[in-house]
Amino acid sequence: MTTILRLLGGRLEWLICLGVFAALLLVVLPLAFNGYFLNLLGRYLALAFVAIGLVMCWGYGGMLSLGQGVFFGLGGYAMAMFLKLEASTPEATARQSTPGIPDFMDWNQLTALPWWWEPFNSFSFTLAALLLIPAAVAYVFGYALFKRRVSGVYFAIVTLSLAAAMSILIVGQQGYTGGANGITDFQTLLGWDITTDSARYVIYYICVFLLLGCILLGQWILSSRAGRVLIAVRDEENRVRFSGYSVEDFKIFVFMVAAVFSAIGGAMYALQASFISPSQVGIGLSVELVVLCAVGGRFSLLGAAFGALLIKTAEMYLSDLFPQLWTILFGLILLVVVLAFPKGLAGLYELTRDYALAHFGSSQSDAAVEEHADKRSLHGREEGFLVRAKRILGGIR
Amino acid sequence: MVANAQLLLSIEDLAVSFDGFRAVDGINLYLNEGELRVIIGPNGAGKTALLDLVCGKTRATGGSILFRDKQLRGMTENQIVHAGVGRKFQAPSIYESLSVFENLELTYPKGRNVIGSLFFRRTSEVEERIQATADMVGLGDRLEDLAGLLSHGQKQWLEIAMLLIQDPQLLMLDEPVAGMSQAERQQTAELLNRISQDRSVLIIEHDMKFVEQIASKVTVLDQGKVLAEGNIDRVKNDERVIERYLGH
Repeated sequence: MTTILRLLGGRLEWLICLGVFAALLLVVLPLAFNGYFLNLLGRYLALAFVAIGLVMCWGYGGMLSLGQGVFFGLGGYAMAMFLKLEASTPEATARQSTPGIPDFMDWNQLTALPWWWEPFNSFSFTLAALLLIPAAVAYVFGYALFKRRVSGVYFAIVTLSLAAAMSILIVGQQGYTGGANGITDFQTLLGWDITTDSARYVIYYICVFLLLGCILLGQWILSSRAGRVLIAVRDEENRVRFSGYSVEDFKIFVFMVAAVFSAIGGAMYALQASFISPSQVGIGLSVELVVLCAVGGRFSLLGAAFGALLIKTAEMYLSDLFPQLWTILFGLILLVVVLAFPKGLAGLYELTRDYALAHFGSSQSDAAVEEHADKRSLHGREEGFLVRAKRILGGIR
Repeated sequence: MVANAQLLLSIEDLAVSFDGFRAVDGINLYLNEGELRVIIGPNGAGKTALLDLVCGKTRATGGSILFRDKQLRGMTENQIVHAGVGRKFQAPSIYESLSVFENLELTYPKGRNVIGSLFFRRTSEVEERIQATADMVGLGDRLEDLAGLLSHGQKQWLEIAMLLIQDPQLLMLDEPVAGMSQAERQQTAELLNRISQDRSVLIIEHDMKFVEQIASKVTVLDQGKVLAEGNIDRVKNDERVIERYLGH
């Protein structure tokens, strides 16, 4: 068993895990839940996009962004703007003082569509914008911060304030953005009613395929040399710099990738929730996503995606049963995970796997290797597991 | 050493001050191709600051650093590396959570921009180069191990190997044998003598016994200035050097 795994390296194991996750999302959940619940699960999956972005940016790149909600919101608002414009035909809004503009604009005494809303009449422009605008914002922001060597806690604080600024801006510009109510009351996408059960299934599947695509793309990046550069930057930034890398370029790149993933999630959220509001942009969501990522496992794309889905589903049930207790319970889960499983659910899985391997496939030499590795492990248990996993599974080359 | 040695590095009137304190105060230093030079001096003499200036870690406030025909002042750290300057830090700085092989692979001088790194492939040429470099520093059989598990001395050698794989024309080492056992010092001395055959090496060192093993020429710094320079035996008997540095 061990030998087979060693021969195949870690890649096969990852593919099996991906297959299980895909089967869960594509087969098990649609069979187990009706359209209404599937739609809720789809919204949680939209958050998983942000979680996998955080794995790349925070887990691998060491940049704790507390502002991923900004990109989630940019994607969500771009999608919602298109849907809202489609819903605001002159016929549908005939009762307004200015027909043909979104209702909240009319309530705020706007008499014409702002110029920057115009392009969102086009679906292809919207799709391009919801990928390119977050990427551009992440580039400008990343360039400004990383070139000035802003990192660690300072980076977290700046991204947090970006999230705050963004939601304040949206709330304040009610006439242009829908304010605190957000953008709501839309039903159709290119004439297709997205609130029917069949549409919900289709959109759910689109969401799942996009998520799996992002996970594959992310894994490809992380397993390339660029992924190892990110780990190296986290371990020893100066060494990377003095090995001829422009560290900033790599940080900007991964920050942009995380931003685009988040934006796709935001768009899928707006589509499935038929609604987007400043609370999907602000600090609350941004921090919640970091927690989801930590619980799932910030070093594992699959772990983080699964964790986001699991915790949010648990929240759905438990917050119904114990509305007051849920937040406390959520805090406890976080506490237990951080203290006992620093690598989150993914780490828990690795432990179980190692335990199983040690009992079913262990030989004398493996045991000796483990003992050796444990003795010389650097930072106690954590490193011991890492070493053991690497030793047992081989798979470096 | 090559006859008619070519000048590789010329540092002239180099200065840097931190809040008015002149850490490096008008240093002139010339290094030939293929030369091994040791910099000694008391604590705070500006030795590490000098290396920091050359590799771009800190920005000089005056003077010039000419490497071949390139002015290194004003270049970014990675540009200086691309020009052919490698720097080893005092404390071993390696990637502990990667294997020895991956450590060396990451410093292999290809695919060092974002796009290049995404499409970087591990060819047999890369593997051979890594094996050969690891063999050179005695880590040839440790390639699969996590770098964090190496002993202190082996970590220092790994970092030297990571620099060697980039094939720099100038290698700068900051106290490479600090914390090493006597046997490891001996091995390091042999290693340095071997690698200085193909390139210039600039070393900061405190241990005079070790300096005598490797150096023919030393530069003594004191208070940000060059105090003495020349053959090791001459410098050792220089009265000012004995008074300022060697005497105590």
